[in-house]
Amino acid sequence: MARIEAEVGKPKGGFMRWIDDRFPFTETMKYHATEYYASKNFNVWYVFGVLAFVVLFIQLFTGIFLTMNYKPAAAEAFASVEYIMRDVEWGWLIRYMHSTGASFFFIVVYLHMFRAMLYGSYKKPRELIWIIGMLIFLVLMAEAFAGYLLPWGQMSYWGAQVIISLFGAIPWVGDALVEIIRGDYSISDITLNRFFALHVIALPLALIGLIFVHIVALHEVGSNNPDGIEIKKNKGPDGVPLDGVAFHPYHTSKDLVAIIIFLMIFCGVVFFAPDMGGYFLEHANFEPANMTATPEHIAPVWYFTPFYAILRAVPDKLWGFILFGLSVMLPLFLPWLDRARVKSIRYRGWIYKSALTLFVITFFVLGKLGTMPAEPLYVMIARIFSVFYFAFFLLMPYYTTIDKTKPVPERVVYHD
Amino acid sequence: MTEDDLDRNRRHFLSVATAVTGAAGAGLVAVPFLSSLKPSARAQALGAPVEVPIGSIQPGEMIRVLWRGRLVFVLRRSEEMLSRLDENLDVLRDPDSAVIEQQPEYAANDTRSVRREYLIVEGSCTHLGCAPLEDFDVRPAEGWGGGFFCPCHGSRFDLAGRVHKGVPAPTNLRVPPHRFVRDDLILIGQDTGAA
Repeated sequence: MARIEAEVGKPKGGFMRWIDDRFPFTETMKYHATEYYASKNFNVWYVFGVLAFVVLFIQLFTGIFLTMNYKPAAAEAFASVEYIMRDVEWGWLIRYMHSTGASFFFIVVYLHMFRAMLYGSYKKPRELIWIIGMLIFLVLMAEAFAGYLLPWGQMSYWGAQVIISLFGAIPWVGDALVEIIRGDYSISDITLNRFFALHVIALPLALIGLIFVHIVALHEVGSNNPDGIEIKKNKGPDGVPLDGVAFHPYHTSKDLVAIIIFLMIFCGVVFFAPDMGGYFLEHANFEPANMTATPEHIAPVWYFTPFYAILRAVPDKLWGFILFGLSVMLPLFLPWLDRARVKSIRYRGWIYKSALTLFVITFFVLGKLGTMPAEPLYVMIARIFSVFYFAFFLLMPYYTTIDKTKPVPERVVYHD
Repeated sequence: MTEDDLDRNRRHFLSVATAVTGAAGAGLVAVPFLSSLKPSARAQALGAPVEVPIGSIQPGEMIRVLWRGRLVFVLRRSEEMLSRLDENLDVLRDPDSAVIEQQPEYAANDTRSVRREYLIVEGSCTHLGCAPLEDFDVRPAEGWGGGFFCPCHGSRFDLAGRVHKGVPAPTNLRVPPHRFVRDDLILIGQDTGAA
């Protein structure tokens, strides 16, 4: 059936016909761009998927150029980063683009995930898109973690020490697992070398593969929208959703504006605040790794600190590891935790609105606490907010059931 | 061949046999790849025991050495420090070194050492592996009799590397295998045979 449709859509002759007889170019372009219909009421929350693509491209591109000058060996790594910063022409720019890109990747991805929570994008029939998205998030965390060891600074070394030691909390196999991750009895040249392999080959490949599947799954079911209405339910006589407009050229031209604004902000950070006051590049990392002394205060980069605050809030090693892992994994179950009949926050009651607001505050507070020293007061506040964090997910089946929802309109609402 | 000629049992057997053989092959191929992740021969060789001269350490002083890339503290405790080890045992989680993985048998005693004076422990917090800082001052008001403090997550250990209660570190600091070659020379990483 698909074949016949494809035959109809093919150009009658010429070069493109020659290509299309051998490769489904026109068909693919139509399916994924010029005849992929997404809702016309998209708002600003819908630009972060495209922006994640932009950051991915920046990271891959700058990463390749950094690899040309970086040396993945304990004796040379720190000096080779300094060499890139001082001696390689424009090396500082390429490296700052990469280090800033890492933080922006997480900013964009967190906003992209928050969008899904606002408009119920993870709900049926988009559960699989959400799960694949969460896998992308996990791979991204691993990618960022592996990359952070490479400069071989004090924070690289001791941050890796703490996170790898976490796996030692697993009963029975913990110690053996830690030794396999490090490939040595301590974090060493060998560890650095394998983290480099993971950072530049294995994890980016996994990332690109998962992103491909994420998009294929999205284009199979179609994009959600701020009203949480399935636009495919209202089609015109031509079979095109009445509330949909083609991804290309309509959504792409709007995305182009978003990309330009994004790049302006990105360049602002790269040129004027590449370390972002110690949040994007931690000051302790300007010293080479020293195996005999832990920095006075160690904290991961900001994008891991909400989870790190939860880890620190637990006064037990094994439970700390379990709750840390759980805090990262729980969003994966959102499609089944959320029992509300409506998708979008526009038609949800005050309970979910309050819960989501509290969750956002919790995420920021935990994120801030994760960067602070482990003083008793901060640990106590972190415990309270860790309870809020888990309550948001674990009580969700209850409060989304009793929450009063508003009727959802037939067609998308858009404001002119 | 028609549908009737089809021997479904035979086809099923062949499918299962192929899948099982394939899975077994994949499992066998995984062995060299997983093994390559373990510490290599060179890493093991570099992890050989290290000799540490201790003759010049004064009572109350501590030196730091690396064994297998891991930090090891060698502390020569003064008589005054040793006398403090019996006080406040109730603030310790494991005062009797009951967790057997944390020290060789010969160090499972009240000073956690072979010779009372010399404490030899890994300078790696048993919580998440940060290097604890030494803090040998006595501050009775804080219930602190001297010992080690981990800057990462606030774990505390006494002058025998024994962990305090109510801190994230679950166990005492680990005592590496070691032995005295002479009065002024120790070997860390090996406790049997000739040096």
